[in-house]
Amino acid sequence: MPERTMIEIASVTRSYGAFKALDDASLSIREGEFFSLLGPSGCGKTTLLRMIAGFDTPTSGSIAIDGQPMNGIPANRRPINMVFQSYAIFPHLNVEQNVGYGLKRLRLETGEEKRRVDEALAMVSLSGLGKRGATELSGGQRQRVALARALVMRPKVLLLDEPLSALDKKLREQMQVELRRLQQAVGITFILVTHDQYEALAMSDRIAVMFGGRIAQIAAPKEIYQRPVNRQVADFLGGMNFVQAEIVGEDAGQILVDTRALGRVRTDKPKLFRKNGGSATLGIRPERLRVLWDEATAKFEVAGKVVDRRYFGEITHLIVEIPGLEKPLSVTETNDFGADDIPIGAPIRLAYDPDALVAMGE
Amino acid sequence: MTAAAEGQATPRIRRAAQKSLLQSEQAQGWALISPTFLFALVLLVAPILVVIAHSFWTQNYLTIDRTFTLEQYRIALTEPIYRDLLVRSLYVSLLVSIFTVVLAYPIAYFISFHSGRHKGLWLFLITIPFWTSYLLRVMSWKVILGYNGVLNSGLMGLGVIDEPSTALLYNTTAVVITLTHAWAAFAILPIYVSLEKVDRTLLEAATDLGDGPLRCFLRITLPLSVPGIVSALLIVMIPTVGDFVTPRLVGGKDGVMIANAIQAQFGKASNWPLGAALSVTTMAVVTAMAAAAVFVIRGAARLTR
Repeated sequence: MPERTMIEIASVTRSYGAFKALDDASLSIREGEFFSLLGPSGCGKTTLLRMIAGFDTPTSGSIAIDGQPMNGIPANRRPINMVFQSYAIFPHLNVEQNVGYGLKRLRLETGEEKRRVDEALAMVSLSGLGKRGATELSGGQRQRVALARALVMRPKVLLLDEPLSALDKKLREQMQVELRRLQQAVGITFILVTHDQYEALAMSDRIAVMFGGRIAQIAAPKEIYQRPVNRQVADFLGGMNFVQAEIVGEDAGQILVDTRALGRVRTDKPKLFRKNGGSATLGIRPERLRVLWDEATAKFEVAGKVVDRRYFGEITHLIVEIPGLEKPLSVTETNDFGADDIPIGAPIRLAYDPDALVAMGE
Repeated sequence: MTAAAEGQATPRIRRAAQKSLLQSEQAQGWALISPTFLFALVLLVAPILVVIAHSFWTQNYLTIDRTFTLEQYRIALTEPIYRDLLVRSLYVSLLVSIFTVVLAYPIAYFISFHSGRHKGLWLFLITIPFWTSYLLRVMSWKVILGYNGVLNSGLMGLGVIDEPSTALLYNTTAVVITLTHAWAAFAILPIYVSLEKVDRTLLEAATDLGDGPLRCFLRITLPLSVPGIVSALLIVMIPTVGDFVTPRLVGGKDGVMIANAIQAQFGKASNWPLGAALSVTTMAVVTAMAAAAVFVIRGAARLTR
């Protein structure tokens, strides 16, 4: 993939009076990348997307698309198209007219417009529904029309504002796969706004996690999930056990910490690491702890007692109290060995990989 | 014990029957609409039936001959004077409704899109002219348009004209101006409501697809506000056809409309059957014209896509 920057956002701030919806956000998005803005509602991700689209103006900072600064360029002149959260299908037009809406103005040669509309409809598997009225469509079909209507314009960047949030779970998962496939087929840069961490993890090349108008971390899905920069990011992307530890040694890139119950661990310093007295917070994902059955042993293991159990079909969540840890550990175990049958109160041994323990910045 | 129990059973059954009668959905429905239904029956349907009945009778000096005849309709439809008056009334009401909608649309648009949090205040300001009587509002147009009126003296003061123009008052134009002003609010409100219903993300979507503000308006806002335009047209057109106060006060001899003739038949001329026939004819023509207007506008809206 050519490493060309498609969108450059340079210290963009958007304030409404004293409230900063977006606070000094900087990021650059590469050409052909599937980039997600992930965060809880009110974190500024939609504000940022609307400023890229041109529906909102930064209070300070600048946005450039494909090297062109976008200051003062209205939304209708930007090489960008958007799929709206509500899909914004024009109710007085049929599917074909909706998809061809933006082409009308271009005054294409006869037949060319029809050909591009048909091509876009085929791309989203809606061929043959061109004459269907906008009000006669299901939620999934509306979403596909919105997608075709944007893609038919052949934009440099496609913006997607929580496009899957109105669909039911099954359709949502299907559309995740389709969107990803479509993005790879057309090679257009996609920017997705979502509050669903699984959506972001499953579809993106890179993710920017945002909280309170600030970008907390920008990284690939695996990196974000496995090495979150702070507790907030770790929590937002899924379950995380936090363990307090004492710092006993330190060099340029790493720290040596004593977690007492889980022994001494050498771990990379997180990006935003600040020495908080002599202690640090470490995190380990619930699925990185494994139940040790019967006589099995592991190089690193810890003994405890099951205090609670929740059954989720293919997996079971166990809450395990460990002597020497102030908070019990949560463990995710698949049910193939009978984790769903472990009685509450039973003694249990857990295996862990010290490399899975990551230090958190605050 | 059993006797007592049986004795109690009978009234319980009767009560249940009564209850079911009152609780049946149909009965409840009738009970609920009965006041308004009676009101409509006595004050709307009955008078119309009386008018229709009269239109098939004949005035015989002081009495009414109740034998069925279509004579009144023959007069109403063939006498040139009535035909001319009807055509003029339709022409005036059409002009008035078009002018009213054209003037009301920008106001409704402004209130809906640009008044911000002062929407309520603006809607309230629009109702202010209705605080005075309709007659006073018509009279004030006489003050403005009259021979020594505000407009004439203003134009003379500016040197645009040398002597007062008589073309302003006592003609069809004066009727059109007065009615347009009088009905403005009734056109603003339905247009405003239909503009409020336009989903603003649709405009963003159109902008995103490359439309500037003007194209956005023509391709999205205008077609989606057609229902409001249609109702505004009808709300203004239907009552203005039958207006007789305005033509009487500012119309002069050129501004006479069909309602003035109808009023004359029921009044001075004392020919109720002819008045009734003229009324029924006007009603039928207005209905046809309203239907035609709806048809034309719907068709036009379909063409703009």
